[in-house]
Parts: sequence; structure tokens; C-alpha cells
Amino acid sequence: MEPDRGDQRPHLPSPSLWPVGFAVGIVCILAGLIVSPPAVALGVVITVIFGFMWVREVTAEQRRPPAPVESEPAGPERTRPAPAIPANEGPAAMPESSPEEIDAFERFPRSKFLEGATLGIGAAIGGIVTVPAVGLAVLPAFVNQEKKEVDIGPLSEFPEGQWRIATFLEAPEEGEVSRRTAYVRNNGLLAGAPSFTAVSNRCVHLGCPVQPGGPSDEENKRMIKSESGAQIELTPTQPSNFGCPCHGGSYDTEGNRRAGPPVRALDRYEFAIRNGRVFLGKTYSVSEVEGQGKEARIKKYKLASPGQHVDGIESWLYPVQPPGK
Amino acid sequence: MAAARKSARRAQVERLITYPIDWIEERSGLIGGLKYFLLRKVPGDTGWFHTLGSATLTAFIVQAVTGVILAMYYKPDPDKAYESIRFITDDLTLGWLVRGMHRWGASVFIILMFFHMARVFLFGAYKYPRELNWILGVLLLVLGMLEGFTGYLLPWDQTSYWATVVGINLNGTAPFLGPFLVNLLQGGAEIGSETLTRFYALHMLVLPGAIAGLIGLHLYLVIRLGVSSPPWSPDAAGADRAEPDRPTVRKGLTQPGRRGGYAR
Repeated sequence: MEPDRGDQRPHLPSPSLWPVGFAVGIVCILAGLIVSPPAVALGVVITVIFGFMWVREVTAEQRRPPAPVESEPAGPERTRPAPAIPANEGPAAMPESSPEEIDAFERFPRSKFLEGATLGIGAAIGGIVTVPAVGLAVLPAFVNQEKKEVDIGPLSEFPEGQWRIATFLEAPEEGEVSRRTAYVRNNGLLAGAPSFTAVSNRCVHLGCPVQPGGPSDEENKRMIKSESGAQIELTPTQPSNFGCPCHGGSYDTEGNRRAGPPVRALDRYEFAIRNGRVFLGKTYSVSEVEGQGKEARIKKYKLASPGQHVDGIESWLYPVQPPGK
Repeated sequence: MAAARKSARRAQVERLITYPIDWIEERSGLIGGLKYFLLRKVPGDTGWFHTLGSATLTAFIVQAVTGVILAMYYKPDPDKAYESIRFITDDLTLGWLVRGMHRWGASVFIILMFFHMARVFLFGAYKYPRELNWILGVLLLVLGMLEGFTGYLLPWDQTSYWATVVGINLNGTAPFLGPFLVNLLQGGAEIGSETLTRFYALHMLVLPGAIAGLIGLHLYLVIRLGVSSPPWSPDAAGADRAEPDRPTVRKGLTQPGRRGGYAR
């Protein structure tokens, strides 16, 4: 409230063109980010100039030297404005109202001390209670998030050159809620070592399950057990692409984005062969795959959530990923 | 004679009713406060549009009551949640009705919030001195939307699961904090049982508590500042209130002599 204005009407700023120019500058920056870098520079210049003029105009009143105090606005019901006295300096504000000022000498520090002690002990108790509570709410979501390897069946279940839809429990102790799907293809041997393409079915637009574009052989679905006894489903499929039902994202069989809103290529699983069984390890993000099958050159990044760019200027928006990914 | 006895009995009955009320009033002043709240003066040309706020409050109370009852039967466990919802809907007596009230009432609550907001905006009722109440209202709107987001997951069917996957990943695209927001919402690196229990706790404890508290502040400001006239009112905007500067109205914390009690 500005007491000096005296009237009861709302106080509106005067009309100004500066914010309009400021807005134009912002639009110029945003449009420039998409179409042309020089436009960004232009937008920054416009924004800074108009923003400065806008701030100048808005603060003009504050920067003016204070006007001499005018007489009180008339009005019988108006009370005098309170003198600006900090509330904690009460005695000084009302010297005439405390006849037992001698007491103040003794009483003031103690009450001050008690006030500080109450606030301090209260803050300490609050902190002791709040820190572990908030910690329990937040920290478990970030620590111990490392994934274990998952057994998806013996090598013989993956004939060379054929896709399998592998459905498995990522964390068998958590039950069905941890069921995940990967599209797995045995690429044969690369320099004597087995090569697999293991693509996550999580769409990198917003996380819906991508589907294979092509026939799936449900009749030859194999239900096998992992070494730990968890159920694994392996369904032969012949995809010509992968497509997402939610918003129409489309990928080729290497996971490269072909159409739609996804921002990168499909995530992949690390794989390992141990005792003749195929294991899927950590998931990692991929910006782009060049080549195919065992010759594919995969541009690999730390796992990011769907919708996050892992390369290019947009990846600057996500400089730090939570630990454990 | 008969009339006198009758009026004596009436006086007795009246005393029977007023005695407990007076007992409470004498010890708490709550009855007077309630009267002050319900019988306060409002501008003469308020109309049906001004009831949208109360309608929103009513919708929230319906959500709170039906939600508490649903919580008696719902099981926030990935293996049981869907089955418990099916049990509520198909097997429990009146379960279909209470769940339906909660499910459709959620939409009613959100829609009424927007109508209420539109009324305040179009009437210019957000202007000085009611800006703070607009800000509180926006916070309430955000919390109401979060209630919708967290509540949508609880049936734990395909629609709710994938809608939540998409919703969480949308949050994940927020600059800088997005990746952390994802873990925070999911309760881990993946959607799982922690996500369901977390959304359940937010939905039935954290968010309704925050909404109830903010509604209290919102109403306090409505009572303190009074209801605004509609734009077509002949009263000038920002005119003095009907009863200016009554002694019971506090003048604010800067009033001298009220604080800093060490001196006396």
C-alpha cells in the first residue's frame, strides 16, 4: 500500500510500450533458437534494451528524491500513520508510556534471551524432525538405483539374424510391476565374439511401449525359466520398424528415429553371454546408430529419461542426470 | 392458564436449545465467530456468479469425504490395487456410487475451479487489494491438478499406468530439474510399487492437507477483504467498506503499542 497517494482507488502503472518491445525480443529469441542463430542475438539486444527502459520507467518514481511531506489528507476517521518503529524496539518507541523504565534494564535482556532461546530450540527441534523425514521421502528415489543383470534365456533360443520379443522381470522380487520388454536379435559373431542388438521397448518420446511393425509369431511363443526361476517369454517377430501407439513415433529396426516426436534413437541394453545364457545389463541412451547389425556404430550416452535430448544444443537443458542411471 | 403453561414450556425448550450454544459461546467465542462469518455484509448486487467459490469448496468437501471412505477399502499395492478397485465397484454395497462420486466429482472440482477463476477474472475481482487471494487461488488450482494427476494412477489399470508414464516423462523434459523430478515422482529410476504408494500418500495426505490449509487462508482473505461488487455495480470500485474502521477490525501489525510487549 502506498499511504501517500491518499485515495482508495487501485494504483495502476501508466501505459507503456516498453513491455511490448520486451515481449517482441523474447519471441525473437525463441524463434531464433529454432530457425536462425543471428536472430537470437538480435532478440537479446532488443530484450535487453527494452527491458532496461521498462525497468527505468517502472522505477522512475522510486529513484526520484523524496518529495517534501505534505499535510495530512483530510478526513475525520483517518488515524495518523504509525511512526516507523521496528516492533522489537518497543521501549524506545514509547518512552512516556513506561514509568518503570528501570525495570527494562533488567527485564529486557532476559526476555530477549528467552525469545532467542525459544526460536533457536524450536528451529533445532524442527530441523531434527524435518531432515530425516524429508530425507526418507527424497533420498531412496536416488540412491541404490543400480540395476542387476537379467537372464533372458539360453543362447540357443536366439537363432542368428532373428528377432525375439523378450519379456522378463527386471526385479523378480518386485513382481509383475517390474516386467520389461526388449527386442533382441542375434547378429552372429563379430571378430569371434557374439553380437546382439537389444533394443528397449520404451519409446523415447514419453515412455509408451513401442510395438514391432511386422508379424509376431504368437504360436511359437516360448515360455522359459531363468536360472533364478523367473518367467521369461520369447516371441519370434519380423519387424520392419518399431512404432509407438501413443503419439505415432516411428523407428527403424536399429532404433533410429524415422518419424514423429521422439528426440533420439531407442535406448539399448548392454548384453553379456555367461554359461551359454544371454544376460541384459544396464540400459543406455543412444543418439543415433550408423550401419546395421553387428557393424552398427552406436553413439552411446548415459541413460536419460524419455523426451530428453542426449546430443545437440538441447542436451544442455539436462546437464546433470541423477546418480545411478 | 393453558397459554401461560405452554409459553413456560416453550421457554423451557428454548433454554434447552440455547444453553449448550451459550455454553460453547461463553468458553470459545466460536458461535460469535460463526455468526460473523455467515452474517457478514456483502455488496447488494452479488448474484449467482458469486456462489462458484462455495460450489468449489463443496466439491472439495465431497472429494474429501468420499476419498476417506474409499481409502477404507483401497489397497495401494501393485498386485492388489486393481482388484481392490474392482471389488469396490462391483461387490461392495454402494461402492459403485461412492467411487463414481469421487471419480466424477474430481472433474467437477477442477471444472468449478476454472469457472470460479473465470468469474474472478472477468469481474476484475483479482485487483487491489485482492491480488494475494488470486495468488492463493492459483496455488490451489495447481494443487487441485496435482490431486488429479496422482489420483489418476490409483486404479492401476492400463489407462492410468500409461497415462502416468507419459505424465511423469513430460515432467522429465523440464529443463535442468526434469531428470530429478522423474526419480522423485517415481520413487526410483523406474515406475514401480514405490510410485503407487508415493502417489497414494500424496493424493490422500499431503495434497488434501495443503489444499485444506490454503482454503483456510483463501477464506480468511475473503472475509477480511470482503466480496467485490460485479463490474456493473453502481458502487465505485474500491469504495469504502460499509463499516469502515470498526474497532474490532485489526489495523495490521505496524500498529504501535500492540507488539514489543517487553516494556509493560
